[in-house]
Amino acid sequence: MHMLVCGGTGCRASASDMLYESLKKEVQDNNLENEVQVVTTGCFGFCEKGPIVKMIPDNTFYVSVEPKDAKELVAEHALKGRKVNRLLYVDPTNKEQISDSKHMGFYKKQIRIALRNCGLINPENIEEYLAADGYEAMGKVLLEMTPEEAIKVVLDSGLRGRGGGGFPTGLKWQIASKNEADQKYVVCNADEGDPGAFMDRSILEGDPHTVLEAMVINGYCIGATKGLIYIRAEYPLAIQRLKIAIGQAREFGLLGTDILGSGFDFDVEIRYGAGAFVCGEETALIHSMEGERGEPTFKPPFPAQSGYLGKPTNVNNVETYANIPVIINKGAEWFSSIGTEKSKGTKVFALAGKINNVGLIEVPMGITLREVIYEIGGGIKGGKKFKAVQTGGPSGGCLTEKHLDIPIDFDNLIAAGSMMGSGGMIVMDEDDCMVAVAKFYLEFTVEESCGKCSPCRVGNKRLHEQLDLITKGKATMEDLDKLKNLSNVIKDTSLCGLGQTSPNPVLSTMENFYDEYVAHVTDHRCPSGVCKDLIRYEVIAENCVGCTACARNCPVNCISGERKQVHLIDQVLCIKCGACLEKCKFNAIAVI
Amino acid sequence: MTKIKSLADLKKMKSDLQSQISIRQKSENPEGRTLIRIGMGTSGIASGAKQVMEFLMDELEKRNVDAIVTQVGDMGYSYADPTVEVTVPGKDPLVFGDVTIKKADDIIEKYIKNGELLDGIIPVNYETIDKK
Amino acid sequence: MELIKLTIDNRTVEVEKGTTIFHAAKKLGIEIPTLCYMNLKDLNIEHKPGGCRICVVEVEGRRNLAPSCATECMEGMVVKTHTVRVLNARRTVLELIISDHPFDCLICAKSGNCDLQSLAIKLGVRDIPFQGEKSTYKPDFSPAIIRDMDKCIMCRRCETMCNDFQTVGVLSGINRGFEAVVAPAFERDLDHSECTYCGQCVAVCPTGALTEVDHTKNVIAALSDSKKTVVVQTAPAVRAALGEEFGLEAGTLVTGKMVAALRQLGFDYVFDTDFAADLTIMEEGTELLDRLTRHLGGDKEVKLPILTSCCPGWVNFFEYNYPDMMDVPSTARSPQQMFGAIAKTYFAEKINVKREDMVVVSIMPCVAKKYECTREEFATDGNPDVDFSISTRELAHFIKSANINFNALPDEDFDKPLGESTGAAVIFGTTGGVIEAAARTAYELHTGKTLEKVDFEALRGFDGIRSASVDFDGVDIKIGIAHGLGNARKMLDDVKAGRSEFHAIEIMACPGGCIGGGGQPLHHGDSSVLRARAKAIYSEDESKVLRKSHENPSIIKLYEEYLGKPGSEKAHHLLHTHYFDKKSKQVLLD
Repeated sequence: MHMLVCGGTGCRASASDMLYESLKKEVQDNNLENEVQVVTTGCFGFCEKGPIVKMIPDNTFYVSVEPKDAKELVAEHALKGRKVNRLLYVDPTNKEQISDSKHMGFYKKQIRIALRNCGLINPENIEEYLAADGYEAMGKVLLEMTPEEAIKVVLDSGLRGRGGGGFPTGLKWQIASKNEADQKYVVCNADEGDPGAFMDRSILEGDPHTVLEAMVINGYCIGATKGLIYIRAEYPLAIQRLKIAIGQAREFGLLGTDILGSGFDFDVEIRYGAGAFVCGEETALIHSMEGERGEPTFKPPFPAQSGYLGKPTNVNNVETYANIPVIINKGAEWFSSIGTEKSKGTKVFALAGKINNVGLIEVPMGITLREVIYEIGGGIKGGKKFKAVQTGGPSGGCLTEKHLDIPIDFDNLIAAGSMMGSGGMIVMDEDDCMVAVAKFYLEFTVEESCGKCSPCRVGNKRLHEQLDLITKGKATMEDLDKLKNLSNVIKDTSLCGLGQTSPNPVLSTMENFYDEYVAHVTDHRCPSGVCKDLIRYEVIAENCVGCTACARNCPVNCISGERKQVHLIDQVLCIKCGACLEKCKFNAIAVI
Repeated sequence: MTKIKSLADLKKMKSDLQSQISIRQKSENPEGRTLIRIGMGTSGIASGAKQVMEFLMDELEKRNVDAIVTQVGDMGYSYADPTVEVTVPGKDPLVFGDVTIKKADDIIEKYIKNGELLDGIIPVNYETIDKK
Repeated sequence: MELIKLTIDNRTVEVEKGTTIFHAAKKLGIEIPTLCYMNLKDLNIEHKPGGCRICVVEVEGRRNLAPSCATECMEGMVVKTHTVRVLNARRTVLELIISDHPFDCLICAKSGNCDLQSLAIKLGVRDIPFQGEKSTYKPDFSPAIIRDMDKCIMCRRCETMCNDFQTVGVLSGINRGFEAVVAPAFERDLDHSECTYCGQCVAVCPTGALTEVDHTKNVIAALSDSKKTVVVQTAPAVRAALGEEFGLEAGTLVTGKMVAALRQLGFDYVFDTDFAADLTIMEEGTELLDRLTRHLGGDKEVKLPILTSCCPGWVNFFEYNYPDMMDVPSTARSPQQMFGAIAKTYFAEKINVKREDMVVVSIMPCVAKKYECTREEFATDGNPDVDFSISTRELAHFIKSANINFNALPDEDFDKPLGESTGAAVIFGTTGGVIEAAARTAYELHTGKTLEKVDFEALRGFDGIRSASVDFDGVDIKIGIAHGLGNARKMLDDVKAGRSEFHAIEIMACPGGCIGGGGQPLHHGDSSVLRARAKAIYSEDESKVLRKSHENPSIIKLYEEYLGKPGSEKAHHLLHTHYFDKKSKQVLLD
């Protein structure tokens, strides 16, 4: 029997490492070391309910497991073969307990290619990776294929860059392979910058060898012998596992000189980034690695022509790389059979927001937003009404009800006014104010702009300020026109992808929720009751029983009223914290 | 650790290591594989279900039979415990009652391997656990 | 060369492959505006960060607008430079830049000379639709350069000059987003950085973010003080550029008008730094000959090559970067400082004015001179040899403010004795000039023969690093010339590594020498201006009867009456200096 304990950053934050130790101890105490293997794995994706423990072979999926549950799990499940029901996942829609993860809505529609080994193998043990077909693709490429043949497989697979750009990976390799140079470089972009997106981190934490294997393949294809992984220093666990993986791969001769007797040399180094969003842009990333200021430069020249230290450089994202070994092993045809016409394979999304099943999912391209939100995501939290879903990270757009049945792929998302980005997906419900949402994202881009080009440096700041005025009810209808023009100009004139997309949240919310903007401007009203300056809390006299709960909990003492008398909120003093609304049991506080 | 020096080395290493995780990979893809569930309610355990399960797990591996053994709650056939439900791919699930070690051996050898029917099948008003 | 045909604004143009849209448009006479792009062709500096986004144009088939300065032409490309979309985008971007810029044009040092202001005028910006926060920074007042980063538009031209051209590496972009700005590391003040005050950042700044410290007020105060005798000296490069400020064509010599203007402004004595340049040749040339003679005599200890030391930016540079080589440069002070030392001793005694009652003002093409005259070693009892140094630009403003119709002024001559100079002195203003002047004198002193052809054409030109051999009657003297500190660094590294064969090297911090100084009228990216100025300098040299420093009668008289001979103790005391290890000072500051 195997007990797989999630060792991803999310579950670790909920003490999964202590849980692992406790389980090991219980197994030892019960003399079950020979029968039960406790294994730390990468992320299962179902982070909403972490830490996860999965029992093999019966595939029982335990959620929200705490270290103190170890005793019971071993005593009951391992020893007596009885499921610990209280730790099973409960379907939010029909309240049924589900024991086997494959019956969970969350997993049903997923196809795990990039995440195939996450939650399956111990990422710190190269033997488990080898057992799971590890380095076989690399062996096949190095010994049985020419670079051209391998590139063709990638090209034919239709794989497109998963970092956000969606550029055909095979084409990128082909270009880099054709530029002659004494030295070329392969760079893995692990500078995951989108807030809320953590697929790259999960892959590096859960399956670091797959990235190394893909980089060797990439190096062989373009004629590079050096690989660099640019990773943000805020990912200590991923860095640690990568280091272990690199060490093991070198020890096994899978990195280094004359790999598998092929005569091909390749080694990998880790470079650390300070976690600047703009360093996800490949030219900025390269400058950062060179020790320069992390700023994008105009392309051309593309990195494939002149990249790291002026040498031809191929930059791919972690998730892109994670697909490569599978594509080589199973073939281009297999991969291209999944997905839509122009977007092949799967995409990993970080599902978040007002949704029941928050977590990391991998779905085939072409799946609809409806399937993702209602089937995998389990619907909107608290039975509220769906309002919008933001895809593509901070510079993506907000899609609405009418977009729910569009098959998700690179081109459809752009056509709908958003983008794939690196795969962030944030669901919003009726309580979210779309102006406030747009403002929130702008706050991020204002912080993360590198400041090199004027429209992004100043324009995003002005966008944010304009949005702030709107949320305060201080804008005019003319300002809305200005906002739109400014957004379009920033998109049209910015140097890199950051500025070219940063106004998307504004434009898409204006497009789809113009009424909300107008309500803020003309009626000085926030329809969702979010924008503090435009709402007030009032006591509904007929509901108020005078319990004093609101007054007692008000942090600024602005609620007055005798016991058993109707209370009153002093609007001048009120800071609109909402504590009264939360504490009132009689529905006697309203947001107006 | 000695280095892996060739593709053949790599493949050999893989086949040596594969069993380590094949159990995990297979549990994800039960279609095409025999599923054996053992009723592990209080009465089941009392009548020896655990021994039967251990026997099945050990023997299936030894005899190289590709099957997954899992335990389930009480199947509701306490009169016939221990009960074992076997789902061979392409066939309807069958529940065997009063399964002893001997009978478990028969289930492997006769039913799973050769498709022969055995005594003690509980045919009536059958529902699989999932549907209950 | 492969040719490419494209259409810009419905007109066809053929350009070489690799040409950008910006230049292809220029070929058609279409001037696309820009705030960051800079192409100093003669210096091989092309700065195209593609940052300001003012030069965007519409390219058919392209999703977004293209920066014309950075986008290469492609065969069959269809470009539109003034569609509604382009004009709206350009105006909006300009409005954004202005929205983060102070509105104090009326009192800005760059007013009337500011690229941002000119563009706002050109596009007729009348209001700023986006009011909001403005970035504010602490102003940085160094002895020579003022940084007012509130006015920085992030064109990054200064960075290119400071890092790529000068390799000084003080200025770089720091912080992110709206807070991004160009500053020395850790946002230190320039005074606490390795800044050489060469002023090339000031020379290329399109706005008032980088300006020189203005000493005009102090000069006016001195002039209006009846107790003070105010003496002015004018550097050679000033006369070749001052006219530009009055609408004259680049390269117009205005020596006589400049003298007349200075007299009208009320200076008691209008003298010439050229006089001190001749004096420099006497001292530096003697030092060169001395080291050369010892070297040729087999002295292994002697330091060669000798490096010129007239340029204060360069002196700062080696004090920061080559503190272990401080015995290599000549010990001769710069002409500005030699002038100050002689004016406040020899001349002051002559006219019977006490040192403290004399004010020496210098008109310089330079901002580093402002720092140089504040160096402690160039003062006696706290009284500096040169009180104030003002730039060519400051002088022009001063003349304008005094209602002087510069262009209508008659030509006047410098006062004597410190206004007398030779052709060798005026060429100090351009790269190669100092060493050519030195060669003229050293040749005659070394060989005892008369130099027939005074023009050493081999030493002239604009290449960043040049070398030539001069035949000193059978002895081959190898001369190196570098202008721009990046080029100087290459030469110095060679000297340090023992790879240098030169006997003498002339180094000027600024491109083209002093004519391209940080205090000169702004060239606005047109480096051909520098060539025109150089030409003017050489023409003044040619027009002179006396063209060798040692023939200057006032110099001969100075030595006879006061100094004795070149290199004498008195000359050493007044005309030579020593250098300081600024690297260690820097480390202490850290």
